[in-house]
Amino acid sequence: MPPLHDLLLLGVILTNFWVLGTTRLSATIRATAVQGLLLGMLPLALHPAWSLHTIGLGLGTILIKAMVIPMFLSRAIREASVRREIEPLIGFTASLCLGAVAVALSFGIAQRLPLPEANSGLVVPVALATVIVGLLVLTTRNKALTQVVGYLILENGIYVFGLSQVERVPFLVELGVLLDIFVGVFIMGIVVFHINREFDSIDSTRLTALRDE
Amino acid sequence: MTPTPFIAFGLLLALAPALPGIATRTKSALTGRRGAPVMQLYADLAKLVRKQVVYSRTTTPVFQIGAVVALSTVLVAGCLLPLDGHAAILGFTGDLVAFAGLLGLGRFALVLAGLDTGSSFEGMGASREVTIAAFAEPALFLCFTVLFLATGHLSLESMLGGPLAKAWVSASPSLALSGAALFMLTLAETGRVPVDDPATHLELTMIHEVIVLDHSGPDLALIHYGSAVKLALFGSLVVSVFVPRGALPAAPAIAVLLTGLVVVAVAIGVVEATMARLRMNRVSQFLVAASALAAFGVILELR
Repeated sequence: MPPLHDLLLLGVILTNFWVLGTTRLSATIRATAVQGLLLGMLPLALHPAWSLHTIGLGLGTILIKAMVIPMFLSRAIREASVRREIEPLIGFTASLCLGAVAVALSFGIAQRLPLPEANSGLVVPVALATVIVGLLVLTTRNKALTQVVGYLILENGIYVFGLSQVERVPFLVELGVLLDIFVGVFIMGIVVFHINREFDSIDSTRLTALRDE
Repeated sequence: MTPTPFIAFGLLLALAPALPGIATRTKSALTGRRGAPVMQLYADLAKLVRKQVVYSRTTTPVFQIGAVVALSTVLVAGCLLPLDGHAAILGFTGDLVAFAGLLGLGRFALVLAGLDTGSSFEGMGASREVTIAAFAEPALFLCFTVLFLATGHLSLESMLGGPLAKAWVSASPSLALSGAALFMLTLAETGRVPVDDPATHLELTMIHEVIVLDHSGPDLALIHYGSAVKLALFGSLVVSVFVPRGALPAAPAIAVLLTGLVVVAVAIGVVEATMARLRMNRVSQFLVAASALAAFGVILELR
């Protein structure tokens, strides 16, 4: 059997595919919640000598990424009453293909990067792939809420990358980042709510039109 | 040569018509109905074989050989799989291409037979069937690529036989991914729910059923039996990947295979009960997702 952290990292990639392939907003939110849970278990699996640092990081991540933010986003879609991403700039099939290409690319790039040895050979490629998928979702989807999800995935990738260096990063920095994300999502949620109230839709392409219709 | 591959193949051929019955029964039980008996397809086949064949005057011999080709290609493809866990009846290096090609030939024959009738419904079904096949075949080859990279062998006999058990130790994530992709392919290739609905009665929504609308009597029996055997073959691919049987002696290996096939049929029934059929333009996405899973497995192996 492969070690637990490799399975968790594979799960992170699979949740990326899940977000890329689904049209339902509730499913994308569920996928980010699952991803948050996997990310919360990662520091504990990667560093078997548990310390206050890793346990705090894991619990904090699970609390914010797997519970608070998904609940907040689900409330937002309930209030905006949108269910689906209808016309993304790049279709779902094409974005799944691009996701597969992104995974291949990041495995290729990760081998060439001059990085200190990580605990698992999968950490860096998975981090890169997650960042690329996050960017893809952030730029090609029209609904403001899916864009928030893309931002979250992007940040999850950075988090995974940081995990390879977890002994060298102070705890406070990690907590500060988590808090920033939380506040960021909170503000985006409010913005989404306002966009919805002004335009009766959270389609962000509407924001480029100046005239009243 | 030992007789066990023949015994395994014979048992598979005998039990194949029960699998769609098990899937339908599971679906009925989960949706609160009783459903047709598990042995329904045997009764249908017996009834069809006794009937007369009716050929439309607009059809040509292409239509008449369609059903025979469809069944015989599936039977030959079955000879390539190591059903007893060790040896196939016909195994050679690179036979995985023959496996995919034979199934493709069978589908081609059926599609031609459907087009030969000149019915617009059957033409539409043929076009859909081919569209799905175009997405399913790359996924199948990607799954085979994972198996090849994990075991280092290029024949189905070795890929699914002894070396696979060793490969599970080192390459389990990618093998699990390709197994999952193979299960998705099973649903697509055998016309089960998220891709096609075997229970539909509306020509516009049919894919597999609509192609065979003009077939009758023993011809229809051949086609029904052929698709049941195809389901059994894909099921045994899934079972062989998930449960490497290379270390077992032949008799337990065959028992594991048959139990596994029942489990696959029940899983198909569960999927049918819990999922709605996908819109035609989403089917490609379902199959691309299967390809993406398998491609991810390939990347993990290449690393």
